[in-house]
Amino acid sequence: MNRRQWIGSAVAAGVLIAGAGAAYEFQPDSDRAILAAIGPVMLEGSLPPDAMQAFLDGFDIAVAGLTPSVQHDVEQLMTLLRLPPTRLLLAGVIKPWHLASRDEIAAFLTRWRYSGMATLRSAYDALHQLSCAAWYGNDRAWPQTGYPGPPKLR
Amino acid sequence: MTSIYDASRFESDHTFEADVAIVGTGAGGGTAAEILSQHGLRVIMLEEGPYWTAADFKMLERESYPNLYQESAARKTKDKGVNILQGRAVGGSTTVNWTSSFRTPAKTLDYWRERFGLSDYTDAALAPYFEERERRLNVARWAEPPNANNDVLQRGAAALGIPTAIVPRNVKGCWNLGYCGMGCPTNAKQSMLITTIPSALSRGATLVSRVRAERFVLDARGRVASLECLAMDGRGIHPTAHRVTVRARHFIAAAGAIGSPALLLRSALPDPHARVGKRTFLHPTVISAAVMPQTVDAFSGAPQSVYSDHFLYIAPLDGPIGFKLEVPPLHPVLTSTTITAFGLDETRAMASFRNTSAIIALLRDGFHPESEGGMVELQSDGTPLLDYPFTAYVWEGARRALDAMAKIQFAAGARTVFPLHENARPYRSLAHARAAIAAFPMEILRTRVASAHVMGGCAMGADPKRSVVDGDGRHHHVDNVSVFDGSVFPTSIGANPQLSIYGIVARNAQRLASALI
Repeated sequence: MNRRQWIGSAVAAGVLIAGAGAAYEFQPDSDRAILAAIGPVMLEGSLPPDAMQAFLDGFDIAVAGLTPSVQHDVEQLMTLLRLPPTRLLLAGVIKPWHLASRDEIAAFLTRWRYSGMATLRSAYDALHQLSCAAWYGNDRAWPQTGYPGPPKLR
Repeated sequence: MTSIYDASRFESDHTFEADVAIVGTGAGGGTAAEILSQHGLRVIMLEEGPYWTAADFKMLERESYPNLYQESAARKTKDKGVNILQGRAVGGSTTVNWTSSFRTPAKTLDYWRERFGLSDYTDAALAPYFEERERRLNVARWAEPPNANNDVLQRGAAALGIPTAIVPRNVKGCWNLGYCGMGCPTNAKQSMLITTIPSALSRGATLVSRVRAERFVLDARGRVASLECLAMDGRGIHPTAHRVTVRARHFIAAAGAIGSPALLLRSALPDPHARVGKRTFLHPTVISAAVMPQTVDAFSGAPQSVYSDHFLYIAPLDGPIGFKLEVPPLHPVLTSTTITAFGLDETRAMASFRNTSAIIALLRDGFHPESEGGMVELQSDGTPLLDYPFTAYVWEGARRALDAMAKIQFAAGARTVFPLHENARPYRSLAHARAAIAAFPMEILRTRVASAHVMGGCAMGADPKRSVVDGDGRHHHVDNVSVFDGSVFPTSIGANPQLSIYGIVARNAQRLASALI
């Protein structure tokens, strides 16, 4: 089995597992644990530890602004990341998220980013776009970039 | 009696009656509302987005994107390969666009006459409509110096002998702030929000915001009897329990080139040749960033003031795909979400934010057999999805555009150039950049592609086998329905489409008014 077939079967496994009763539903606490692990790697060097709550809140707000069908896609993605079999098969992350190392998470993001499967690249893109929207929309992210914020009109 | 309603606050079902019901308040709907009400017709405007005005525009991405754009400015094509920026607010995309106002290029009109039988669409016949709309919306070439971001395009192109020109903008007393994309806080932008819509309201028109047009209901004679709508919640995500019914003599779809075909599809209007939603175009847009030795502050100043049409006209329209070069504004969310890298690579790129400039290339799709555009389809919940497959023909143009932009940026003195592709890194020399660009795998979700111009899907044309509406925007099969927005374009425009919509809708709305009064 080559790498592409392996990933293809992993996706099929994930869909099966997800469809077999582990219904897609928001599990806010465990989803937050996943995002609390991914966020500092996605935004390494920019997101300070004491801004984690702002980042997680920003992520929730960004998801809430999507259409119901896209919110469903995001929930499905979070489900695949949450369930241990698909976390292992699809993301290649062996330990639970809160124990996974920075390098393991960076390797997972890199695999998805350059995956031969457009679906995994789009999942990376979704995590990346939501993370950046959640953080760089926040005034606290701006000083490091030099962005002064919007002009004062009066 | 008030004539402005926010349907998210409705506590019961509502019914409205008018001479003409217009779905959408963007460039098409706003223009039509003013002209029809000037002719004494009672108009109702229906808008899915909120009614926000200058006082609400705080120049904050975190507020503007969720409130003023379709899908929080993260609308995607079906395979998620293209990010689509489309307005969803009273004023539609005109509330959030970057004000560039170009007439429909003469060569585009030539092509429409030759290929789609639109014999009345000559440059001379349309010129009076464009002139009139330009006066109405104060369109003029930007008189201030371009900001540093646009200056990179101007200087780099000049160094290479590539002609550029100054962008005409629809502004009056512009403060040169750079936040057009978040709603103009000074009412300088002559969007529909502050021009045609207030004008229609002053003539007795009705405006309902936060309402989603669901479907046209046909009567026994095959005419539309009513329009069924859903009141939306305050964020515009979920329908509330309340329905809105609109009865009118004539109905206009002006919901944009994804929304209008979707409305016709949901309504199951006659479509014997399955044309609705077909040939939807995007001006697929590729991006090249450059770090300059000097401060650029691309978030400040008129976002688009310099352009080049050089690469649109070096080959015939139906030859290799042409592209228009422009410049985007850079703000932290827009920039960070568009950069493909993560972690320290992205943080480093964002640390150069104030020195970063960018050029965009808008590919002119729809003029070649291998550029048939996309197709709007309905999801199980009735909401639309655009399937836009890429062909080798389009990718060839995208690669050529990345190459051309890198040349211009280095010619303007860029320290590094960064084509937006997953395989790219910042390049310090043109030779390295060109070699890398030549080798990029051109695929979706590797090459970053965006669109701010959705067109087509309800094409106008003389032949009902190949089009949805006639040259006046009237539906070929349903007598009292018109389509008045960018979805009537049978190809892309090859320029930012707002003025094309204003001019063509002004023409067609005047013809409709004459027919109705």
